[in-house]
Amino acid sequence: MNCELLIKNGRVIDPANGIDKKCDVLIVDEKIAAVGEKTQDPSLKTQDKGMVIDAAGKLVVPGLIDIHVHFREPGDEEEETIASGSTAAVAAGFTSVVCMPNTNPVIENETDVEYIHRKGRKTRKTHVYTMGAITKGLAGVELAEMGLMAEAGAVGFTDDGEGVQDPAVMLRALKYAAMFDVFVAQHCQDNGFTGNGVMNSGYYSTILGLPGIDPLGEEAMLWRDIQLVKKFPPERIRYHAQHISTAGSVELIRAAKKDSLPITCEVTPHHLLLTEECCAEYDTNYKVNPPLRGAKDVEALKQAIAEGLVDALVTDHAPHLQSEKELEFLAAPFGIASLECALGLYVRALIEPGILDWPGLIRLMTERPAKIIGIDKGTLGIGKQADITIIAPDAEYEIDVNKFRSKSRNCPYHGWKVKGKVEKTIVGGEIRFEA
Amino acid sequence: MALKRKSKQFKWHRKHLLGLRELSAEEITYILDTAEGFEQISTRSVKKAPPLRGKVVVNLFFEDSTRTRNSFALAANRLSADVIEFTEKASSVSKGETLLDTARNLEAMGIDIVVIRHSAGGVPRFLSRNINACVVNAGDGFCEHPTQGLLDVYTIRKIRGTLEGLKIAIVGDIEHSRVARSDMWAMTKLGAEVIFVGPPTLIPAQVNRLPVKVSYSLDEVIEKVDVINMLRIQFERLGGNPFPSIREYSHYFGLTVERMKRTKPGIMVMHPGPINRGLEMESEVADGDNSVILQQVANGLAVRMAVLFLVNQAAAQTS
Repeated sequence: MNCELLIKNGRVIDPANGIDKKCDVLIVDEKIAAVGEKTQDPSLKTQDKGMVIDAAGKLVVPGLIDIHVHFREPGDEEEETIASGSTAAVAAGFTSVVCMPNTNPVIENETDVEYIHRKGRKTRKTHVYTMGAITKGLAGVELAEMGLMAEAGAVGFTDDGEGVQDPAVMLRALKYAAMFDVFVAQHCQDNGFTGNGVMNSGYYSTILGLPGIDPLGEEAMLWRDIQLVKKFPPERIRYHAQHISTAGSVELIRAAKKDSLPITCEVTPHHLLLTEECCAEYDTNYKVNPPLRGAKDVEALKQAIAEGLVDALVTDHAPHLQSEKELEFLAAPFGIASLECALGLYVRALIEPGILDWPGLIRLMTERPAKIIGIDKGTLGIGKQADITIIAPDAEYEIDVNKFRSKSRNCPYHGWKVKGKVEKTIVGGEIRFEA
Repeated sequence: MALKRKSKQFKWHRKHLLGLRELSAEEITYILDTAEGFEQISTRSVKKAPPLRGKVVVNLFFEDSTRTRNSFALAANRLSADVIEFTEKASSVSKGETLLDTARNLEAMGIDIVVIRHSAGGVPRFLSRNINACVVNAGDGFCEHPTQGLLDVYTIRKIRGTLEGLKIAIVGDIEHSRVARSDMWAMTKLGAEVIFVGPPTLIPAQVNRLPVKVSYSLDEVIEKVDVINMLRIQFERLGGNPFPSIREYSHYFGLTVERMKRTKPGIMVMHPGPINRGLEMESEVADGDNSVILQQVANGLAVRMAVLFLVNQAAAQTS
């Protein structure tokens, strides 16, 4: 036994193993060696020679996993890099993140995938995974090299930022992906409905004089994809709907899950906390895609989470330069940078109103997303790599974009007071962040 | 005009005019009353008054305009301000300078009032948050065109005495019209009933939440209204193919001599200009007895003088 770390007296929450109790966690050689009460577990009794963390009053949970971030590297390093993004991530309690492939160039072959991994390893903050593009250049025409990318470690495929418009191409992508054990994710957006819209279509787009994005754009593509998924035997395919945002999408997911289709979905904090009304002052920090919707959509998403229809909570962390967000609402880019305050936002959106308890929240930020991307993480099972987040659940803090480790500040939550502070983040048995 | 007298005790406090949506009926009436005072200046032999002497007004136009820009320039001149014309064909993005850079540059030049027109909704509001100068919206995207709305209600009030109880049709491309929106806010706040008339493809989303009625048939409303405001077909804004042909549009929504025969006597025919003669309106109607189109232009000057005067006064009081 070389390197030991004992986390004592915390409330250990490990949904995958049905654990929620005050006990200790022992890490030996970068792996979880024991979880239990000192009095009961002999392996814990002997430990007092390594490092000890007293986690009394804290939550000790599997390292958080965000399967939807944009770290902008390669191509837009002035907005974010894998180094700055993963530094931000680890400070926010994330031990694994999944980068989207809509970089410049697009992540569309195994060299690109390896580049992301290498940059991630070099930074030594979080585990950095990537998804690959479904189609070359995200153009929605020719399939990208999904097989070779999967071999190189891409955890899934998406044209995120764009939806795959042509149904024939999407069908081909799903068929081809069925050859490998990978999941295909969709940014559901039918451009025919979306047009040149910049915010949700409705009363606010009308009075603000801005072109609207019809919720049907999301729902039509999700409906289409569900029909495509139905054509396959369920064991051959995994489909994931990214950042769903409308009540109609919730209905479609509910029906699909009732039919036991192999479909998962994710939700972002902004679609749970903000509505289209936020755009009323043309603050471009509220310009995001899918756009902020109406109050009934927010309620439907919360209901979906309460019912267990949502599989993962993500950030869709989308950093942008301040100068780009200082443009007119029509011209500014879509995106919210929320990685560093994600946990507090989810506490506000889901725990405070009683929609989820802590184990419920942690499950959607650890076990379930790990399952979607097929990595052996998100639990505190014995022998697993020791990725652990320690949280002060009731500690309140004010979100201050100027303290972000991310390179970007395009975050509408500046000044919000939230609870749920990350105290320590342990990645592979090593403390990578301490508050 | 009870309302008018009441407004005299009112104190104007806004240093920006961004839209009419946020204005109260009292504030709108106060601008109209102030404009009445300025109207006389145009009839004098010396057409100039001193309230903006030493002040600098910049006409910052990112979109083509002749009448609005000239009207603002003339209004500023009549109030003895110095006027700078700043015309940018391209949007600030393509030039590489952000809108905020442009605003900060203007600020550095010591501008007092920025009159801005831009193809993107919300730009005047954005500007007002980021610079100290007064900001007057001269039209932003299809959001608002507040001085047009003001001059329209000014024109109606001048002829009819009040807007209370009048039925007003606004006809055409409602979806892409900032004039329709500003008119709607001003007219309904002053007690008129507004009907948007146009093909369903040019009626904006969730219009049912606005204080208006909607009709797809000009023939149905033509007999009922006291005022009809014909919007210009803005070919540059029409996306897609909202109606099959100009010919078919004119057939259903053109104000023709034939249709004019069925109107109430004394109906006021308005148009924000410039007119596509023969499309939304036949020439005989545009130049006919019921047309107040040129009065609108004349009144626009007085209204813009009032707006420049009031925002400047509010800025002086707050500083």
